[in-house]
Amino acid sequence: MSVTVDAVMLEARAGSLAKRSIKTTTKVAGIRLAIGCMDLTTLEGKDSEGRIRSLCAKALHPAPHLPDVPSVAAVCVYPNLVPAAKEALRGTSVKVASVATAFPSGLSSMEVRLADTAAAIQAGADEIDMVIDRGAFLAGRYREVYDEIVAVKAACGPVHLKVILETGELGSYDAVRRASDLALEAGADFIKTSTGKVGTNATFPVAVTMCEAIRDYARRTGRRVGLKVAGGVRNTKQAMTYLVIIKETLGESWLTPDLFRIGASSLLDDLLMQYEKELTGHYAGRDYFPMD
Amino acid sequence: MAIFEYAPAPESVTASIREQYGLFIDGKWTAPRSGQYFDTVNPATEETLARVAYATDEDVDRAVRAARKAYDKYWRKMRPADRAKYVYRIARAITERSRELAVLETMDGGKPIRESRDFDIPLSAAHFFYYAGWADKLEWAMRAGEEPKPIGVAGQIVPWNFPLLMAAWKVAPALACGNTIVLKPAETTPLTALALAQIAAEADLPPGVLNVITGDGVTGAALVGHPDVDKIAFTGSTEVGKAIQRSTAGTGKRLTLELGGKAAHIVFADAPMDQAIEGIINGIYFNQGHVCCAGSRLLVEESVHEQIVVRLTDRIQTLRLGNPMDKNTDVGAINSKMQLDKIKELVSSGIDEGAVLVQQSCELPEKGFFFPASFFTNVQQSHRIAREEIFGPVLSILTFRTPAEAVEKANNTPYGLSAGIWTDKGSKNMYIAQYLRAGVVWCNTFNQFDPSSPFGGFRESGFGREGGVHGLREYLAH
Repeated sequence: MSVTVDAVMLEARAGSLAKRSIKTTTKVAGIRLAIGCMDLTTLEGKDSEGRIRSLCAKALHPAPHLPDVPSVAAVCVYPNLVPAAKEALRGTSVKVASVATAFPSGLSSMEVRLADTAAAIQAGADEIDMVIDRGAFLAGRYREVYDEIVAVKAACGPVHLKVILETGELGSYDAVRRASDLALEAGADFIKTSTGKVGTNATFPVAVTMCEAIRDYARRTGRRVGLKVAGGVRNTKQAMTYLVIIKETLGESWLTPDLFRIGASSLLDDLLMQYEKELTGHYAGRDYFPMD
Repeated sequence: MAIFEYAPAPESVTASIREQYGLFIDGKWTAPRSGQYFDTVNPATEETLARVAYATDEDVDRAVRAARKAYDKYWRKMRPADRAKYVYRIARAITERSRELAVLETMDGGKPIRESRDFDIPLSAAHFFYYAGWADKLEWAMRAGEEPKPIGVAGQIVPWNFPLLMAAWKVAPALACGNTIVLKPAETTPLTALALAQIAAEADLPPGVLNVITGDGVTGAALVGHPDVDKIAFTGSTEVGKAIQRSTAGTGKRLTLELGGKAAHIVFADAPMDQAIEGIINGIYFNQGHVCCAGSRLLVEESVHEQIVVRLTDRIQTLRLGNPMDKNTDVGAINSKMQLDKIKELVSSGIDEGAVLVQQSCELPEKGFFFPASFFTNVQQSHRIAREEIFGPVLSILTFRTPAEAVEKANNTPYGLSAGIWTDKGSKNMYIAQYLRAGVVWCNTFNQFDPSSPFGGFRESGFGREGGVHGLREYLAH
């Protein structure tokens, strides 16, 4: 039985965390952290190998002209494009994450979803971003959802597993908390908010709820699980708020790519623009940053 | 090593503070007859901010006379819709100057700028807006057959914990109903009441309608004892409230008192636990616990006592104590040296009586009056820290086993201002609420305020209501 969540007070808490004033040195440190914890993502039907090579180059050196900007943590792509990404990133610290399990809906047979996962791993994926079957979850078939995560985890072996809850489809914070607890118990290495493919993606209250679940689980078992926020994180202000949420709910030790990721695409450009602004005192135009 | 430590984020707005303030009587700034002034200090730095006039009997008399004259000459005769315009004007001026007023409130009182900016000042303006709307609709606040008539001259004495807000709670309905006012802010926090006087002057409020006099308890007693005051409204300690009630007995003066509290904050095992923790934090550490309705007595169901203590122990470490002018500060300065001493005395009594103290571990600033966020476990109903109002960031945690025991313990206090209940079960919330002897009961939330909602106490927490329609009736003869 999960603890319950009161929406009014949760949103008030998230709102007050969003009001933290992040300036000067903190902002510079925060931007570097956010870049270093980023899963630079492209998940479009028109993705090609050329596009992936371009994305990987940017992932490795987001802004060659700016000092101390780290590489991102990983690129996140569809399974077919894993080989291209692996090749482009060979010998670097940047990992390749692949979505799997019939992303984004998850509505295929278990055999297909496990085969999807196995293929991505076979192709060299370092990390797997799976989706849960929201239909089963909302129908109350929690055991089935749990068993699926366990099965995918087994298929992953040492490969890191991120479990996407698709919180925008769960309908309540109580459900977010319950799905989080379920994924944690089933052995997820990370729990992740969203696919980025539905109307509502990561939000501050959802992130707070998931952090609370992770914190309670770590308190109970000693195992530290990561959080990935994904979808709708477009600007620096939002990214800083997620760092604040992690810091004040889970603690600073969670602010590492091993335990925190932001899944995003356009966010990187805003972070770089804000970073340069902090260093030079003025904004540079969009075209001073390479497009991916 | 800290990798994401918040850099200082000081509020950039400044407030202009005069070197010296006189008394605002009959629309003019005047020197006190005694020639005496006292210092008001910034409790976070111990620096003197300004010298403020000390009003004695003679000044009180001048202020009451000015209020009486203004009542007879302008205010009682003015069309209600015109009175409303003045009240609106004050509301708008507070909104326009909100940042500056927030800074002033924080400098004079020590509360975090986040709170003065997001709570005190906007809510003060909201009260003026709310009551402005009532001025020409007062018959709707009456019972059938009653006609709304003002009372006359109101003496209003406000405390130091929410200086402008408590003034707004009293001034706005009094003006809307057609009364004139002598307002006395607390000795340690006079600056925003004096700014309100300036705002009233700039709003062209007729001279004498709002008078602001500064001083200490002796000044307040002179105001309470003045024979030409028709109504006293006081917010402050129960001890002073009792003295005021004794002094006004038999004089025909109307009286409302909003006094101390030792609110029960009840957490059931089926509560939304993390939000309950936030409610507890807000209930006791908001404004450093200088809140008459603070949830200072936590009653938790025994089965969740341990997990609540674990969660609270972690949570208080994330509170940021320090410079109240920093936008990231959660716990600011204690209002005065006197109050700090009182908190320390009660905390040591708790330790002596066998309770276990848990505190946030942080360095206190060298200057200024600060006390870390604290709570006691192993508190018994008989301990002083379970019975007396500490009025600081110190929570006492007790346990209960059944709903009946929770109610019994909650009501076992001479006070009755507020209470809180946390349970995810709506029916239980409503059921428990009806048995709590408290003026306001918050369910799955705490410290929620709105101008349309009445606020006030039971028993030794006072009588009379402020806010809403109920608040109007306290300023109308009927």
